Amino acid sequence: MELVLALGIGVFTSAGTWLILRPRTFQVILGLSLLSYAVNLFIYAMGRLRVDAPPVVGSEPVTDFARYADPLPQALVLTAIVISFAMTALLLVVLIAAHGLTGTDKVDGDDSQ
Amino acid sequence: MTSDWLNHLIIAPILLPLVASALLLLLDERRRLAKNAIALATLVAVLVVSVTLLLQTVRVGISGDSATRVYLIGDWAAPFGIVLVADWLSDLMLVLTAVIALAAFVYALARWDRAGPRFQALFLLQIMGLNGAFLTGDLFNLFVFFEILLAASYGLLLHGSGAERIKAGLHYVAINVGASLLFLIGVALIYGVTGTLNMADLGTIIPGVAGGDLALLQSGFAVLGIAFLLKAGMWPLGFWLPRTYAAAVPPAAAVFALLSKVGIYALLRVYLLLFGSEVGWEGNFGEEWLLFGGIATVAYGTIGVLAAQTLSRVAGFCVIISSGTLLASIGASEGTSLSPILFYMVSSTLGLSAFYLLLELVERREAEASVQAIVEPVFDDEYTGTISEPDAEEVGIVIPATIALLGGAFAFCALLLAGLPPLSGFIAKFAIIHNLLNLGPEVSAPVWAFVFLLIGSGLAILVATTRAGIDLLWEPSDKPQPPLRVAEAVPVGALLAICLGLMIFASPVMRYMERTSISLQDRQGYINAVLGAQRNTAESPP
Repeated sequence: MELVLALGIGVFTSAGTWLILRPRTFQVILGLSLLSYAVNLFIYAMGRLRVDAPPVVGSEPVTDFARYADPLPQALVLTAIVISFAMTALLLVVLIAAHGLTGTDKVDGDDSQ
Repeated sequence: MTSDWLNHLIIAPILLPLVASALLLLLDERRRLAKNAIALATLVAVLVVSVTLLLQTVRVGISGDSATRVYLIGDWAAPFGIVLVADWLSDLMLVLTAVIALAAFVYALARWDRAGPRFQALFLLQIMGLNGAFLTGDLFNLFVFFEILLAASYGLLLHGSGAERIKAGLHYVAINVGASLLFLIGVALIYGVTGTLNMADLGTIIPGVAGGDLALLQSGFAVLGIAFLLKAGMWPLGFWLPRTYAAAVPPAAAVFALLSKVGIYALLRVYLLLFGSEVGWEGNFGEEWLLFGGIATVAYGTIGVLAAQTLSRVAGFCVIISSGTLLASIGASEGTSLSPILFYMVSSTLGLSAFYLLLELVERREAEASVQAIVEPVFDDEYTGTISEPDAEEVGIVIPATIALLGGAFAFCALLLAGLPPLSGFIAKFAIIHNLLNLGPEVSAPVWAFVFLLIGSGLAILVATTRAGIDLLWEPSDKPQPPLRVAEAVPVGALLAICLGLMIFASPVMRYMERTSISLQDRQGYINAVLGAQRNTAESPP
């Protein structure tokens, strides 16, 4: 499981990094989205990978905390997802406005090269 | 504490703008007067609260006690809940934010609030994000407030629309979303190693970290540091800054001048709290980077200021020089004797904000014909006819009052930014250099280089502003001077008057900065205050 997750994060990160260095705005947005997936998975992994461990304590008295997963990274991921979602939406609006004003989808608004 | 409500005052600088901006969203865009009144009242209230907090800190701190006050949100005990911490540095930044925000908003009332929708709400959210970042005692909460202030700044940057703003905005948003991702990676690494994100708790755990975990932790803080430095505009991370700030409308740019100080604040807070000499390992983690990075930043800013073709770009490079000076002097002094650095931060931030507000007024006569007043080049290196004109009649020309006023303010700003006597910029620079030369028995080569660069950057700012000032204010122009509104002149005057006040009352202000510096080095005091904060379950929860 560790290997799959690590590979997944690595692939997302490298693809995202490559994409944000591309000259077109849509590629940059896709790159940022991919990077944010990678980061979200990474935060999640920082809470250690556990199977069959609930993050929420039920009504029964807790005898052994080791049986539970760390809930905090999951809460952090939730916040990070919401924020990056909002930022992507905003970036899309700016992208459309830039396209409308400059008539090109290059990030520097210059289509001559 | 004298009474209970004074305790709850700590959260007011965050809550007030949040509630007010939510209220403003409900109001129709046509009810401009009501919106402006609400926003103005909120900003005044935030200023009053910030000053009250500052005075409280001074009153408690003057007796020598720890003035660090902690507010437990939701009354959860410290390492588990989120805490707000108001200490010397936070209060100082709060007051600085409130002053600049009020000045910029009054300025915007003259005409900029009409340039686009929902200006007031965005402006208040920006202030909320800034105040939150200055108050929080939790790394993830710091990230959230960073995002709030960034999201609001995206809106403010795009305020007024236009191709130049949209293009600059696209870069700004993309770069800052990237920086936020770096911030998250750093925070996640730190959490993965230590299991906490409360800064005080981190301060107790970090000295015990060893082995492979140490490398991970250091990488986490390095990644986090990149996010902060990008915000502060350190070379080579600051290329976006002059163009972005030049594209923003003047009131937004004035607040942005403060935005780049958030990065410096976060660096100071995190690195001084967690990487003091007491920690024992890698005592100088990052300090050499700060020194050399800061030197490179000042050099880049100096070259940029000389090469800048528009006055707003001159201002942008002044922001970079200011950031570089702060970073290099923090790095050189290794976190000790911060009082001149803090004094410089306050003085240069006020000066830069006033400069951004003043720019458009000065350029207005030249650019009145053009709609995009802010992106027009102001320098015209060719002699466009003024030499061939007969200059005999010019002897008796009466300087119009507005020009005299603007020219005076412009000269004041230039002296302030260049650090010439007798203004507060000089006191700050003098104190920094004095401090640098007294660091140890021998002054190292990089520090010498930095001192010379610091003086050189002041000269470069002086050259650039003089050039622009002659071009814009002295040169006789046929164009009529557009009227100067009171709402525009007063905020600029107020900001400059505060700088004058900093100069006249330099001694008490410096004493405050010294206390701030002492409290920043008193890591144990901060940790004890936060982790020892008492819950008040007996009383009604906030």
